[in-house]
Amino acid sequence: MGHSNTRCRLLGTTAAVVFLWPQIAAADYALNMTRGVTELSREFYDLHMLIFYICCAIAAVVFGVMFWSIFNHRKSRGAVAAQFHHSTRAELIWTIIPIIILVGMAVPATKALVKMESTGDADMTIKVTGHQWKWRYDYVEPGFGFFSALAADSNEARALRSGKDPGAVDNYLLNVDHPLVVPVGKKIRFLTTANDVVHAWWVPALGWKRDAIPGYINESWARVDEPGIYRGQCAELCGKDHGFMPVVLKAVPEDEYFAWVEEMVVAQADASAGADRDWTREELMAKGEQVYTAFCAACHQPNGLGIPPAFPALAGGAIATGPVDQHLDRVINGKPGTAMAAFGGQLNDVDLAAVVTYERNAFGNSAGDVLQPAAVKAARK
Amino acid sequence: MSDAVMHGHEHHDHHPTGWKRWLFTTNHKDIGTLYLTLALVMFFVGGAMAMVIRLELMHPGLQYVDPQFFNSMATLHALVMIFGVVMPGTVGFANWLIPMMIGAPDMALPRLNNWSFWILPFAFSLLLLTLFLPGGGPAGGWTLYPPLMLQTGAAMPFVIFAIHFMGASSIMGSINIIATIFNMRAPGMTFMRLPLFVWTWLITSFLLIATIPVLAGAVTMLLTDKYFGTSFFNAAGGGDPVLFQHVFWFFGHPEVYILILPSFGIVSQILPTFSRKPLFGYESMVYATASIAFLSFFVWAHHKFTVGMPLAGELFFMYATMSIAVPTGVKVFNWIATMWRGSLTFETPMLFAIAFVVLFTIGGFSGLMLGITPADFQYHDTYFVVAHFHYVLVTGAVFGMLGGVYYWLPKWTGHMYDETLGKWHFWLSAISVNVLFFPQHFLGLAGMPRRIPDYALQFAEWNFISSIGGFVFGLSQLLFLYIIVKCIRAGAKASDQVWDGAHGLEWTLPSPPPYHSFVSPPMVTDATAHS
Repeated sequence: MGHSNTRCRLLGTTAAVVFLWPQIAAADYALNMTRGVTELSREFYDLHMLIFYICCAIAAVVFGVMFWSIFNHRKSRGAVAAQFHHSTRAELIWTIIPIIILVGMAVPATKALVKMESTGDADMTIKVTGHQWKWRYDYVEPGFGFFSALAADSNEARALRSGKDPGAVDNYLLNVDHPLVVPVGKKIRFLTTANDVVHAWWVPALGWKRDAIPGYINESWARVDEPGIYRGQCAELCGKDHGFMPVVLKAVPEDEYFAWVEEMVVAQADASAGADRDWTREELMAKGEQVYTAFCAACHQPNGLGIPPAFPALAGGAIATGPVDQHLDRVINGKPGTAMAAFGGQLNDVDLAAVVTYERNAFGNSAGDVLQPAAVKAARK
Repeated sequence: MSDAVMHGHEHHDHHPTGWKRWLFTTNHKDIGTLYLTLALVMFFVGGAMAMVIRLELMHPGLQYVDPQFFNSMATLHALVMIFGVVMPGTVGFANWLIPMMIGAPDMALPRLNNWSFWILPFAFSLLLLTLFLPGGGPAGGWTLYPPLMLQTGAAMPFVIFAIHFMGASSIMGSINIIATIFNMRAPGMTFMRLPLFVWTWLITSFLLIATIPVLAGAVTMLLTDKYFGTSFFNAAGGGDPVLFQHVFWFFGHPEVYILILPSFGIVSQILPTFSRKPLFGYESMVYATASIAFLSFFVWAHHKFTVGMPLAGELFFMYATMSIAVPTGVKVFNWIATMWRGSLTFETPMLFAIAFVVLFTIGGFSGLMLGITPADFQYHDTYFVVAHFHYVLVTGAVFGMLGGVYYWLPKWTGHMYDETLGKWHFWLSAISVNVLFFPQHFLGLAGMPRRIPDYALQFAEWNFISSIGGFVFGLSQLLFLYIIVKCIRAGAKASDQVWDGAHGLEWTLPSPPPYHSFVSPPMVTDATAHS
């Protein structure tokens, strides 16, 4: 396939020279689908190239005949029009030949599809849940999970007229805070679903994307052959920040993977610790700011001013300055019919207590009250 | 022609003048002009939105608009271009041409005709007004998928009622076209002598009547989900978000043929004229169009392979989709066989028709690739899809209509358009539209999702080139506007025949034609019919 790549690059370079634009001529052009790092992705790639070449061959014949006619059958060359207007034999030929070609394409496509749908005999299962606008990954057997959101430097640079150069950011828009880590050589079953609206989880190197739909669980599988970092994005329009919820998949050797799992299990236990003790206001404010940045700032903005009326301001807002139990209720249960999600299932008691306390005492709000994790636990019942 | 008929004819020519002429008109030519004018206005409105999109995508980073506004631009651009440009535009052609082509004085249902047009300005006012509402315009994509669509603010009911109005207009227009073709044909104008443009519109009308009510049902369910507590599409309430996608695309796939079939018809009129040779395979063209329309009801799920469906479903929709390539191929081969051994000249309508055949076919190839389900799991929702449907809709449907305007403008206005400027318009459009959309194939294959306001750096170069193409294409259309205005106001007097190779009843009428096309029906024989 290296040969075809060279040809594609040649085409791209020719196109660039035509434009004679210094910025363009110096650039590197992405032209084709990745061949990927799984059995499926390679099969889909080969299928893609096969159909592409068939289309090119048909195009060469069809357009060749057409341009022959355009050059040779023109009135200015003295062409006199023939008056034939049908030929049963010709029409039969150009009905039957396409049918044969299509059957030829359908056979490998059917085989590939059957293989893609064989999700049985998986070595492990990862549940992927789409949220506005981040992903959650749950490792079913070890029993831990985490959110994966756009990396902080990309997030700063992507603000409207941020003044930051995207070129200076590491993997601009394709980097996350916590990548999905998987072992190489293992058949992984992915279960995709969503919490709010329809998303689509896509890593081109795996060869497929799957829609993540509330109320549905879709099954797919992948076995990554080579260690590496593979990047992708949400592929289904999911609202304001659809363009800003990348997927980063880190494939590592099995022993490295198990070491990582152990770390994660310990970290998870640490994170939920402290739910039973009383927290100081400073601790809650510090923790709350982290949670706010990760979960709330996309809509309500880092300064709490929101983007009214779709995303209301928290600074001086009715909820954030109103009774604390109503504030907590809104965060836990969300507001149906709007983009305000129910965070009760996403955040633990400490996170909820911290973020509510933070919202009531930041951005110039001065409710002054402190919400303890124990109160959150009581409110959940 | 008897005196009584002549007298009646003159009597009817006393119609209101000024704005009342246009508001109260029941004349197929006036209404055709209104439809075409609306389509042209909306072409620039939707085009301006496309310019915003291409401007924001010219460089990585967000420079001009916030993501929510970008999404509403993408949503409204699609709704305006589909419902405001291609659909009314092709209805405008139908109004002007069908009575003249079948030897009728006017459309069968003139008052319905007036109403079906005058609903539309209200519909588009409602739709465009949403940009000034709290929360902004609809931003969930033209496909209106719930649950995202249910997060729309005050714009939601406006959008839904606008769609209802557009749908009602389309259904009334279709009823009128079917009634006209069934009842108003001149003696001897049998079905198998109908010009192909009339055939494609007859089939399109049946598609509209079959599918618009389905869309109306889907958007009404969205409305009740949002405001009346139902849970058709809300999983938490026992509903099913995927149900909407099935219902929507059951409308949506026939809809793409509603958009392209009339342009198939226009191209099938233009190519024989400038090849000076009858259309090749008239009968198979009719059957191929009907087969495409029939098959379009069985392929809707190819828009949503990644949504998840049983293997049997994936295979069925893949095979059904691939099978559409056969009748579509027949049409392309017949067009080329029409040109083969003709005596070709290359006036502006012919240039657009040839570009249509080449570029629509490229869109057909990418469509075939998208229909291969396993590969679609990579292509789906990327710029490859954006490139595909712009090839079939812009260089397909819109190029067909542009060619049609140049082809019939001398007949409509009585003046020849400026051929030199027309050629300029063609070459500027044909080159820039490829600079605009061809690189989007590469972007999609390289992994750029559609409907994103900002992108990773590896997509920067092609996006820049695409934007430049977009700006040139957009500006070129101002030249089109100038050519039309110039042609309406003045120009060389057009003969009745206009083009020396033209055949068909519309060319037997004076240019411009009388207010009532055929007051006494012409006699149609094999010799005077299209072929």
